[in-house]
Amino acid sequence: MIFRRNRARRPLPRWADIAVVPLVNVLLAFLVAGLIVLIIGENPLRAVRVMIVGALGNSEGIGYTLYYTTNYIFTGLAVAVAFHAGLFNIGGEGQSYIGGLGVGLLLLAGDRALPLAALVPLAILAAALFGAAWALIPAYLQAYRGSHIVITTIMFNFLASALMVYLMVNVLIAPHQMSPWSREFAPNAWLPRADEVLAGLHIRAAQSPLNLSFVLAMIACVGVWAYLWHTPWGYELRTVGQSEKAAIYAGVKLRRVIIVAMCLSGALAGCVGVNEIMGVHHRLLLGFNLGYGFTGIAVALMGRNHPIGVALASLLFGILSQGGAELAFEIPAITPEMIIVIQGLIILFSGALANLNRSFFERLLAIGPGA
Amino acid sequence: MAPAEPGPPAIELRGIDKRFGAVHANRAVSMQIASGSITGIVGENGAGKSTLMSILYGFYEADSGEIAINGRPVRIRNPRDALRVGIGMVHQHFVLIDPFTVLENIMLGAEGGVLLRRGKALARQELQRLEGEYGLGVDPDAVVGTLPVGAQQRVEILKALYRGAEILILDEPTGVLTPQETDQLFRILQTLRARGATVILITHKLREIMAVTDEVYVMRAGTVVAHRRTAETDIGELAELMIGRKLRLELDKAPAKPGAVRLMANDLVLHDERGVMALDHVRFAVHAGEIVGVAGVSGNGQSELLEVLAGMRTAESGRVQVDGADITPLHPGDPARMRALGVAHVPEDRQRLGLVVSFAATESALLGYQRDHAYSGPVLLHHHAINRHCRTLMEEFDVRPRQPFLRCANFSGGNQQKLVVARELARRPKVLLIGQPTRGVDIGAIEFIHRRLVEQRDAGCAILLVSVELDEIMALADRILVMSDGRVVGDVARRDADERMLGLMMANARPADGASTA
Repeated sequence: MIFRRNRARRPLPRWADIAVVPLVNVLLAFLVAGLIVLIIGENPLRAVRVMIVGALGNSEGIGYTLYYTTNYIFTGLAVAVAFHAGLFNIGGEGQSYIGGLGVGLLLLAGDRALPLAALVPLAILAAALFGAAWALIPAYLQAYRGSHIVITTIMFNFLASALMVYLMVNVLIAPHQMSPWSREFAPNAWLPRADEVLAGLHIRAAQSPLNLSFVLAMIACVGVWAYLWHTPWGYELRTVGQSEKAAIYAGVKLRRVIIVAMCLSGALAGCVGVNEIMGVHHRLLLGFNLGYGFTGIAVALMGRNHPIGVALASLLFGILSQGGAELAFEIPAITPEMIIVIQGLIILFSGALANLNRSFFERLLAIGPGA
Repeated sequence: MAPAEPGPPAIELRGIDKRFGAVHANRAVSMQIASGSITGIVGENGAGKSTLMSILYGFYEADSGEIAINGRPVRIRNPRDALRVGIGMVHQHFVLIDPFTVLENIMLGAEGGVLLRRGKALARQELQRLEGEYGLGVDPDAVVGTLPVGAQQRVEILKALYRGAEILILDEPTGVLTPQETDQLFRILQTLRARGATVILITHKLREIMAVTDEVYVMRAGTVVAHRRTAETDIGELAELMIGRKLRLELDKAPAKPGAVRLMANDLVLHDERGVMALDHVRFAVHAGEIVGVAGVSGNGQSELLEVLAGMRTAESGRVQVDGADITPLHPGDPARMRALGVAHVPEDRQRLGLVVSFAATESALLGYQRDHAYSGPVLLHHHAINRHCRTLMEEFDVRPRQPFLRCANFSGGNQQKLVVARELARRPKVLLIGQPTRGVDIGAIEFIHRRLVEQRDAGCAILLVSVELDEIMALADRILVMSDGRVVGDVARRDADERMLGLMMANARPADGASTA
């Protein structure tokens, strides 16, 4: 080592912190992933090309990419909001599941009676309420009983999945079939797909699951940003996250903030249900939420808990999901599990090992100009 | 004093230079510290004393410059190297493990083998030898957590000696001590010197420099600005050298004109987390236009008192009256309500309570007033007003650098404190609770904050000042309460008080029982 461990460091400038460090992390992850591809005897460069082209090369690929992105934005924002309050919400998985249940129940009850214009806000509300309710109980337990939020939200993931299995198998299953699916909603309760909307504007796009909930995700980004940095409640929430003692000093009601933050978080995660149930599957089913909640943690981590960062990180994970699917299709030697390995590497490098590379940059800049 | 000793200096620093990014923390610092002397290093916060000592102790390496110990050039890359050449350090915040005994603490890191038994026996022997030589009066089998602060500090000294230190660096050693404990420490330092040890004392208390050192170096802005024999200088000269201008040490303030009672505490009782009575039937009153100082060794209930009065905690019994409003356990006050009643609070711990170090200055300048209509509409914060407010505060209290969007962590302690005090005084509070207003704040800023407090008093504010610095209490207070073990054990007018008497009360050696009510 040229540099001594106890050599003085100074904090990185913002541009390096926000842009360079995450970018280098991603590149490192791809480098290691490339090595793995090499080991199994495939050409890593070809793999990258297949991935990029598959994710961004045509309107269908872009559609799929943005459809995945939508889910990641919801769960990423959910983790970010809770994180700003100093809470680690691991329960995005369960909250999005139950959010979907809310949407499903609403549409099963109202799809024939109400027009789309009424169903859309109601479905969003249902997703948010159900997701928030699933986060409320762990929040209450944390605020009033001191039960650790990480433990309780993980347990609630299992509860959510058990509850959904019960409901789908015993209660909501459509008659005369074996699959645990509800009946399909009436078409007036389907959230319009992006290609349909674009066709209305005379823009041709291939069919993909991308639907109007992408717009909702964008609005959520702006909303979270405004809430956290431009309202007194957001200010109080961030104060709690940074220093509970300072929050008490400032007259903030700690318990209330914990509950509000978790409910907001759960509501955001619940919106995955709008995308999946109302936008894509058009029926209630099992497992539509798989993995989005957990990936949301990585998304928030990479996006530094800022809505813009979350949106960008979501796009990256969207590209990985779609490009990965293409990859598994084009190069059979690369299985879907490999894609999970790549995602895992990105999480590893941008999460667990993020500071490795950061300290390198801190030293680099410390001996650079101005030192 | 090392009279005609021709030997090489214990420590010689030549041209030590250290930069942290844009900050030039030490520039061309040279010092010669005589073997067997007590040398003081004084300077304001940020003058570079701590950096210099960290370099000497191996926390940092200097960018350039040389260090020689007893005439031999050495390279000190980490604290282990420092110990090897005989340098030991007693930190401001002790690094002791409370549940361990003195013996266990001292041998930690030098256990001497896989099994403890042999190492323990050796350590005990060595401790007995040191005890015989220096007479520190520490029982090796006492549990450290149960020892008073002064004794814990002696454990730290013992730890350094045990590791063979011949040069002892003490960083602000008296901040946590009573006057009596301070005297005891100084006697120990003198014994150490008599046995040939070299002591470096870092402090900002000039009276201590005068009391115990042989020589003194004054640092300012990273450089040594003066080197004096203590016998040939005085407090006035040192203070002037430290801040680079003349300083009025005496605060000229008119006698207080107390008005109506603004804040009253009535039989407050509170137990802390360990079940110890933190407040034991505390009662007193503060009038408009007076400063009441609360003296006491820290940890005797002052912090809890401030928190109860500020509404951050609820007493188990008793009541607080603010300007007629009652706060009782049944009608607890919360900080927001207390603020609405006109109570401002400058907390003791500004880093954790008074501001949020990761926030920008503008955001910390809002802390506690985030729901105020001047800064927040029904939904959105008025960032424009918030920023303007922060700029005004910075302007009025000369907070430097004047960058409202800089993170609070990047301001020095003194400037952080000025920002907090500015925020709390901006509302012209009826009652001001202020804890350790100048802890870790440099002399220039102390003078400034003190003058502002007197201004507030003269404007009719009732001020309750909690401080462990007797000098500060003596300089500011019109009336002095002394707290010990959660009780108010003394209530004296400033003009009747002297340091000796307060010190005895703080140590709870009251002249007679029942003397607590004046």
